[in-house]
Amino acid sequence: MKKEIIIAGFGGQGVLSMGKILAYAGLLENKEVTWMPAYGPEQRGGTANVTVILSDQKISSPMLKFFDIAIVLNQPSMDKFENSVKPGGILIYDSNGMTRKPARKDISVYCTNATDKASEMGAQKTFNMFVLGGLLKIDPMVSIDKVMLGLKKSLPERHHKLLPANEEAMKIGMEIIQKEN
Amino acid sequence: MEDIKLMKGNEAIAHAAIRCGADGYFGYPITPQSEVMETLMDEAPWKTTGMVVLQAESEVAAINMVYGGAACGKKVMTSSSSPGISLKQEGISYIAGAELPCLIVNVMRGGPGLGTIQPSQADYFQTVKGGGHGDYRLITLSPASVQEMADFVELGFELAFKYNNPSMILADGIIGQMMEKVVLPDFKPRRTDDETRKQCPWGTMGKVEGEQRHIITSLALEADVMEATNNRLQAKYKKIEEAEVRFEEINCDDADYIFVAFGSGARICASAMEAARAEGIKIGVLRPITLWPFPTKEIARLAKKVKGFMVVEFSAGQMVEDVRLAVNGAVPVEFHGRMGGNVPSSEEIITKFKEKFSIK
Repeated sequence: MKKEIIIAGFGGQGVLSMGKILAYAGLLENKEVTWMPAYGPEQRGGTANVTVILSDQKISSPMLKFFDIAIVLNQPSMDKFENSVKPGGILIYDSNGMTRKPARKDISVYCTNATDKASEMGAQKTFNMFVLGGLLKIDPMVSIDKVMLGLKKSLPERHHKLLPANEEAMKIGMEIIQKEN
Repeated sequence: MEDIKLMKGNEAIAHAAIRCGADGYFGYPITPQSEVMETLMDEAPWKTTGMVVLQAESEVAAINMVYGGAACGKKVMTSSSSPGISLKQEGISYIAGAELPCLIVNVMRGGPGLGTIQPSQADYFQTVKGGGHGDYRLITLSPASVQEMADFVELGFELAFKYNNPSMILADGIIGQMMEKVVLPDFKPRRTDDETRKQCPWGTMGKVEGEQRHIITSLALEADVMEATNNRLQAKYKKIEEAEVRFEEINCDDADYIFVAFGSGARICASAMEAARAEGIKIGVLRPITLWPFPTKEIARLAKKVKGFMVVEFSAGQMVEDVRLAVNGAVPVEFHGRMGGNVPSSEEIITKFKEKFSIK
């Protein structure tokens, strides 16, 4: 098993931390993991992205040009990474603020209304967990238990009261994701 | 089960420094290595092991604090990134000249000048060919994973104290910023004053009754005295070249061609190698772990049995010169590099390799 994933969006959407939670869950499942953020001008100019690799084997390059799964959370990210999905791969996008739908026909496309759902529930801070839930619905590469354990371990104790809200967000994220293509 | 953590290479450096019993860290922040000092400040080891962590007023001040600490036999270090390391060069030359042990970490970014904060390997020449003035050498370790970032702190100190010479960890921005699994080294207490005196009898830890004062200096105005110092340094460097070469080979045994790359470049080359082998092209990867001393003999040995080498660097081509010296014309040595913070993809490496060696 090897999953090569890019997560991209605006700064503040929780892109890097979503990648970190995924990587941490992978670690708890005894997988090899790498988490490589774009730390250059992207980070300062408002868009952020992170490459996460989960594998049963030693990971060679942590820097990739093509991905099994791309999660794009704003239009610039879709424009940049739609063509980086391997044929037969998966593209997940959040519908909020998108001016066009993905054009690729040789990949599976999924849409989540995570932004809208999170703001409707007043749960904007757990937005990324809605998206992560959607991803794990489509491809259960790590278990929800391990995600929650990873979250518990990486969050300071004073934030542990937020764990149930995160789990709830993930579960709703699983329900709202829809296949388009 | 071992305690496996997920952390950035820069964070691993900081944790490993505390755990290996370092006495002091002196630094000045610069991307992409600021997490080294940030992690040390968070961990606050002055409350536990007694390790000093100090943000100096500049890189120049930081390296001279290291010079001072090292002169007392202390286990001291600094870290920075390319432009900051340029500022430290005078101090590094003095420390090498005074034959003191210390550890310097360079998490390279693109240059020249202030350049970019993105990954680069263009400080190879600066590190292994000089940088500062005079005939000196830095023991240079090149990590290719977060685990090696942690492991090379202890190894760097060990070699520094073994030879009374500065060690450098030369990493690129990718290794500093990436998170991977890491098992941190076990806690080792800091040396006591007595242990430090015993390990470093030359240290300036206060005059001992009945002994001469210890003087640490790199100054010797008489040419004969200065030449003697140089002869001693050269003899030491020869010993290091004989004993401390380290490298990793992947699939070199049956290889027709060999990629030579260091740090994360070697990881990308390993991906390229896997793809090429799937097509039936037998490529191996040689990763120098010590950039000085360089694995010259091993490359010369491989040159007798392969058809060619391709060196891949995040620079205009620096290490390639040392590979060419080692191969000495036996087979072609080609080069592919990217500059200014860009990194070659594994696909690009294969395409360039096929072009250069006319392989379909």
